[in-house]
Amino acid sequence: MSDFSEGQIERYSRHIILREVGGKGQSKLLESRVLIVGAGGLGSPVGLYLAAAGVGTIGLVDSDAVDLSNLQRQILHTTADLGRPKCLSARETMEGINPDVCVVPHQCRLDSANVLNVVADYDVVVDGADNFPTRYLVNDACVMQGKPLSHAGILRFEGHVTTIVPGRGPCYRCLYPEPPPPGLVPSCQEAGILGAVAGIVGSIQAAEVLKLILGIGDPLIGRLLVFDGLEMSFRSVEIPRDPGCPVCGDRPTITAPIDYEEFCRLRGGIESNPEVQS
Amino acid sequence: MTERAPECCLDLRGTPCPLNWVKTKLRLEEMEPGRRIEVIVDQGNPERNVPRSAKMEGHRIVHAISQNGAVRICIERAEESAP
Repeated sequence: MSDFSEGQIERYSRHIILREVGGKGQSKLLESRVLIVGAGGLGSPVGLYLAAAGVGTIGLVDSDAVDLSNLQRQILHTTADLGRPKCLSARETMEGINPDVCVVPHQCRLDSANVLNVVADYDVVVDGADNFPTRYLVNDACVMQGKPLSHAGILRFEGHVTTIVPGRGPCYRCLYPEPPPPGLVPSCQEAGILGAVAGIVGSIQAAEVLKLILGIGDPLIGRLLVFDGLEMSFRSVEIPRDPGCPVCGDRPTITAPIDYEEFCRLRGGIESNPEVQS
Repeated sequence: MTERAPECCLDLRGTPCPLNWVKTKLRLEEMEPGRRIEVIVDQGNPERNVPRSAKMEGHRIVHAISQNGAVRICIERAEESAP
């Protein structure tokens, strides 16, 4: 009790009251470090809820600036932030909600050269990326470093979310072994996205992260939760771990981060690099 | 008297619900199972809510005594408060 200030006792009282959280759980949250990849549609609700929850250190990766077309769903940013780096705008919002939280901006694009270093500093990673290269890169890095990862994707009125805990279930590549060819899967930019769908799916990611830190409940390990916002329904699909997975399988062939472009190129000339044969 | 004396006392008069319980709970978490704490709360809602919350987490109410417009509640910590 002596570890909490009067203000903290009041701020986190609704957490502390929960039997599964208590003071000990709240202390775990305050000591935890979470990396959010993407301060956009998914990263916004995740960032807001994790900051409000008192996750002590939150890293934010985003290289973009706030654009007017973002504001329909990216609720970390405001009209006054237009043109500013998303990392900085997000930090201001999150630290404004909760001064207990330290937000570390990583104003860069993750690639095979920096991803392991960035991920290494954190306990849990949240994938809120809007592109396949980053998604695969983050998955691979998390598997290689044994970091739990919340993955989600959204498009139009739909979303899906799963929790990857290396060694305890499948990874993203078990589900989709290879990235789709560029341009095959439409982006939100092309297909649209209902803003509130980002809020629903991102909030699920935030809850999963808090559960992982607290060590409570059943995370979405080996389950893909699929959300249909038009039907307003959820269904849960079991996903098995693939023993032949190139990253988390029994005999992994991808043992260092690779960039999407390189991955595609190597697939065309597999003989030249048997390491990525799957 | 065979009853063990409370390990500590928290004066929570003037502390509203649910903060009185939050402060009680934080103290209980630091105590060994079977140890006791005495909390002094206001009459009315606090005297109902604090014991109810304590019981919901499995702790035992040893006694609750009204005294000078306040209530002294003695709580014995449960074996393990984790679910």
